[in-house]
Amino acid sequence: MQKLLLLGDEAIAQGAIDAGLSGIYAYPGTPSTEITEYVQRSKEAKERKIRSDWSANEKTAMESALGMSYAGKRAMVCMKHVGLNVAADAFVNSTITGANGGLIIVSADDPSMHSSQNEQDSRFYGKFSFMPILEPTNQQEAYDMVHYGFEMSERNKIPVLLRITTRLAHSRAGVARKELNDQNEVKLPDNLTQFVLLPSIARKQYKVLLENQETLENESRESGFNKYFEGNDKSLGIITCGLAYNYLMENYSDEKLNYPLLKVGQYPIPKDMVEKIYDECDELIIMEDGYPILEELVRGFLNKGKVIKGRLDGSIPRDGELNPNIVARALGLTDEVGEPVPPFVVGRPPSLCKGCSHTDSFQALNEALGKYSPGRVFSDIGCYTLSALKPLESINTCVDMGASITMAMGAADAGLVPAVAAIGDSTFTHSGMTGLLDAVNNNSPITVLILDNATTGMTGGQKSSALGRIESICIGLGVEEEHIRILKPLAKNHEENVKIMEEEFEYNGVSVIIPRRECIQTLNKRMRAKHKAKKLEQK
Amino acid sequence: MKRDIILAGVGGQGILSIAATIGTAALDNGLHLKQAEVHGMSQRGGDVQSHLRISSKEIASDLIPAGKVDIIISVEPMESLRYLPWLSKDGWLVTNTQPFVNIPNYPEVEEVMDKVKALPKHIAIDADKIAKDLGSPKSANIVILGAASPFLEMDTEAFENALRKIFGSKGEDVVNANIEAFRAGLKHAQKNQ
Ligand SMILES: Cc1ncc(C[n+]2csc(CCOP(=O)(O)OP(=O)(O)O)c2C)c(N)n1
Ligand code: SF4
Repeated sequence: MQKLLLLGDEAIAQGAIDAGLSGIYAYPGTPSTEITEYVQRSKEAKERKIRSDWSANEKTAMESALGMSYAGKRAMVCMKHVGLNVAADAFVNSTITGANGGLIIVSADDPSMHSSQNEQDSRFYGKFSFMPILEPTNQQEAYDMVHYGFEMSERNKIPVLLRITTRLAHSRAGVARKELNDQNEVKLPDNLTQFVLLPSIARKQYKVLLENQETLENESRESGFNKYFEGNDKSLGIITCGLAYNYLMENYSDEKLNYPLLKVGQYPIPKDMVEKIYDECDELIIMEDGYPILEELVRGFLNKGKVIKGRLDGSIPRDGELNPNIVARALGLTDEVGEPVPPFVVGRPPSLCKGCSHTDSFQALNEALGKYSPGRVFSDIGCYTLSALKPLESINTCVDMGASITMAMGAADAGLVPAVAAIGDSTFTHSGMTGLLDAVNNNSPITVLILDNATTGMTGGQKSSALGRIESICIGLGVEEEHIRILKPLAKNHEENVKIMEEEFEYNGVSVIIPRRECIQTLNKRMRAKHKAKKLEQK
Repeated sequence: MKRDIILAGVGGQGILSIAATIGTAALDNGLHLKQAEVHGMSQRGGDVQSHLRISSKEIASDLIPAGKVDIIISVEPMESLRYLPWLSKDGWLVTNTQPFVNIPNYPEVEEVMDKVKALPKHIAIDADKIAKDLGSPKSANIVILGAASPFLEMDTEAFENALRKIFGSKGEDVVNANIEAFRAGLKHAQKNQ
């Protein structure tokens, strides 16, 4: 079969479809979004009735997939790294319950924070939960690891974490497909109390999990994803994983690498492989994209006094993603950089699209807040976060999804009144609803702007779980109907919108303002599709 | 054969179509390929770039090392200069001359062009004008590709076949407009090399 030219994300999706996936559960997040979108677009997935609609957040996605695994079928969950914080409760406990049908959690890390608020390393969650981890170096390996991961998950009755980073997720290369597997039939776990984490059962299951670590280590030794390459020059040994392996090999594309090399692709790492390279080399250098987790593991395994270089001793920068030049410098190789960037080349930060409804909403908000002291707008994550930058400079916080409402509530408790929360429609149903319930129960004097552009704009316009439900959710949570105000963010409505906001700032309780106008990008996409359908009809 | 390319521009200027065309031509020629794209936050009117590597041998890294790029292909002049640290000493820079000004502090266009012209190996081309004169203003990106094609070590036919594949679903007119744009860019490069 001819190779397919696929993004790392797409290779994972195709791998899952081919491995007999029955359902994928996800909330969008760069750089993981394209995995689920690929399944949603795939004709094969449709024919095979693979479920793939978006979940409300990463925790609901994780739990739904765990339910599918309970029922015996193969399920995948996808998220960006910070999504794993949201899913953490279910994720950590899923190694105690174990899996039944194969279960893979894909977490896409973003070292250097290309589109994220931090560069946390998902492998820590894997280790923390005693979950086996797979870490591909290229698109083909990503594809192959999905097949292997499902099998291993079923064989060992444990979920598997597949950890990728931005550069793999969003880089394209040729991928060869394997045969298509059938999906599993429904088959419940042999032990029907396996998923009941009462302390008495959980204690037993936890012991089993700990005992199984040795088996998992053997799996890591035999799968072929951890490889030991012999080398004659024992003055240095190299341990590497993920894309760092590629950057290393890039520096040796014209000559042979003579140092012993351990390439790690699966955890828990077999201790003897690490011992071997430590014992036979004078020094070690450890190269990994992300946190120095391998480095800390190796230092912990064998602290017998040899020099171990890496991010912790400064041989490699402590933060940020790696690249071929950083790797060259760490190895003492020459690295020639071209001319510097001319000083007049300025940054071109992202900005709200021309005609975006958020611009009108924040222009009105800026004016309505004019008579109060600055610094009272608690925002959230989405396109509207760009209103922190010039020219709008409207918001004062952006921490994690859902934090706007609850932070405004806390600040109001402290006496900052009025306090304003600004949250997108998708973020509201992701994790704003429970916070709004708190605020209602607390009768907080806050005004919540739910910026309803009918989509998940920031990640490319995925369907929002909030669509058509926002008012009824707010009423259900106890917001008074006369303090739910809907407005249309357009320049011609500016005066009226400012007035509505001013009125609600004066109200001594929870009010919700819903500026509602569709995202320009999704509107255009919809119009193009409509136009195309019409043209087809005419033909 | 090995070509390491950086494609540069501003979100929405069509650098991914250039990448797809080169990629398709490379695959049809039986070459290896790796292409790192930028998705997400920076797409919204920010600067975007893509590392595209084609080679007859297996390729290790998705990212091209600094100082090793054979050719920068840019649809915007200031953006072309952002990647100079990647350009090798004898690398080519091929850029559109038409600035895309969506920031208040865009430098003097003259200063930008002086720097481009000071580079020993450069092609500067007003792709927007050429595309407009051809009656297909949307294909400025393909004019640039045409101008860069002599440095990519694949023949013209491979590119034109790739354009047929990439734009085929949009109808014969779109295909022809892009092939014309490609040829116009190529002609300009041959005259000005
Ligand atoms: C826990 C978590 N999951 C996912 C993301 C990625 N992400 C950032 S903003 C956003 C969606 C924003 O949608 P919405 O709130 O509707 O605002 P819009 O972008 O449409 O203005 C997503 C999915 C994230 N930052 N954190
Ligand atoms: S994608 Fe939509 S929501 Fe985001 S800035 Fe553009 S118009 Fe606004």
